Amino acid sequence: MPWTRDEMAQRAARELKDGFYVNLGIGMPTLVANHAGDLDITLQSENGMLGMGPFPWESEEDADLINAGKQTVTELPRTSYFSSADSFAMIRGGHMDLSILGAMEVAENGDLANWMVPGKMVKGMGGAMDLVAGTPRIVVMMEHSDKAGNPKFIPACTLPLTGRNVVDVIITDIAVFERADRKGAPFRLVETAPGVTAEDVKARTTAAFVV
Amino acid sequence: MANKVYSDAASALEGLLFDGMTIVSGGFGLCGIPENSIAAIRASGVKGLTVVSNNAGVDGFGLGLLLETRQVKKMISSYVGENKEFERQYLSGELELEFCPQGTLAERMRAGGAGIPGFYTRTGVGTLVAEGKEHKEFDGETFVMERGIVGDLAIVKAWKADRFGNLVFRKTARNFNPMAATAGKVTVAEVEEIVPDGALDPDLIHTPSVFVQRVFVGTFEKRIEQRTVRKREIA
Repeated sequence: MPWTRDEMAQRAARELKDGFYVNLGIGMPTLVANHAGDLDITLQSENGMLGMGPFPWESEEDADLINAGKQTVTELPRTSYFSSADSFAMIRGGHMDLSILGAMEVAENGDLANWMVPGKMVKGMGGAMDLVAGTPRIVVMMEHSDKAGNPKFIPACTLPLTGRNVVDVIITDIAVFERADRKGAPFRLVETAPGVTAEDVKARTTAAFVV
Repeated sequence: MANKVYSDAASALEGLLFDGMTIVSGGFGLCGIPENSIAAIRASGVKGLTVVSNNAGVDGFGLGLLLETRQVKKMISSYVGENKEFERQYLSGELELEFCPQGTLAERMRAGGAGIPGFYTRTGVGTLVAEGKEHKEFDGETFVMERGIVGDLAIVKAWKADRFGNLVFRKTARNFNPMAATAGKVTVAEVEEIVPDGALDPDLIHTPSVFVQRVFVGTFEKRIEQRTVRKREIA
């Protein structure tokens, strides 16, 4: 039985460590914040905020206080605000501990594609290319297969890349893959959803991985 | 001292607009955008603009207003996903688009404003955005050269100013505004309030006055793109 989005977020939260500074991508990765438990985590929002709080109470929204997904949020006692240049100094300069992002494709060599479908989706990369270029550990959360049923963890990306050799952990709705380093270590299947076997995962994946 | 204070956007922009110019704009999404200057630029009818801004507004608001009237020839942005008219003009070839990663865009403005014509970054190496650009190895790692940006005009939105042009921003409405303010040959700031001399703490000024040539008090709609709230539980 595949994991739900919430269960995937729960699993992704196990990548957090006490004291981490973390950037969560737009969409499914934002759910990870709900599962931090007792860990002391500081969330960064790349538009210019460190120490992001929950959504505001109704009627307390502030147009000057949004996250990178343009959603209204709140501040905390630890919060700081800064310019976009300072924000990306944190990111590009390697000061963040972890980023959790969504993906359209991940390749077996750690390449990531998550910003563009030529001729179809023209949105842009936002801060994703900076995040993968500067953050020492990148966790990807994605459905195992796309809407047409094609695998998303594949031998080589077909879509324009966000970054080369940047993914460390892949969490899908049926499996978790991890690799020991970015110097040629293969992805290893480290967990499967309840009732899902390694053989099932192999049958639904075209990327090479070790078990 | 030369007067920097103007009564409104139209007078603050007078003599600064010309066809084919490059305008650098502050703002992230619809947060901290120079709404008043954008409206006045639309009203001026100036065209063939290259606009440097992280986003392109939405249909009917922000920079979307200048797209509607086809005043924009080219956008340099990191994310344009909230604008159907943008997508239509781009896919039909009417509008040029240079995608620039968000951090690289912030640094390009910062560099331009700081007199630095180019810099090397790891961001984008091995992707479409690095194609055709100079690459260089530092300590065994590959970096790509990106150019600083200086616009003919920068338009920014701040919370408070004084008559000298010192600026203070509020919360995440700061975003690209401090860099944009440095990256214009002329910078026009619109603010919510111009405070009396000495009312801004000199230790807490975000943009020092030298970067700002003209300032005016605007009226702000401050539209919220994604209103997300927690419901109060009724006891």
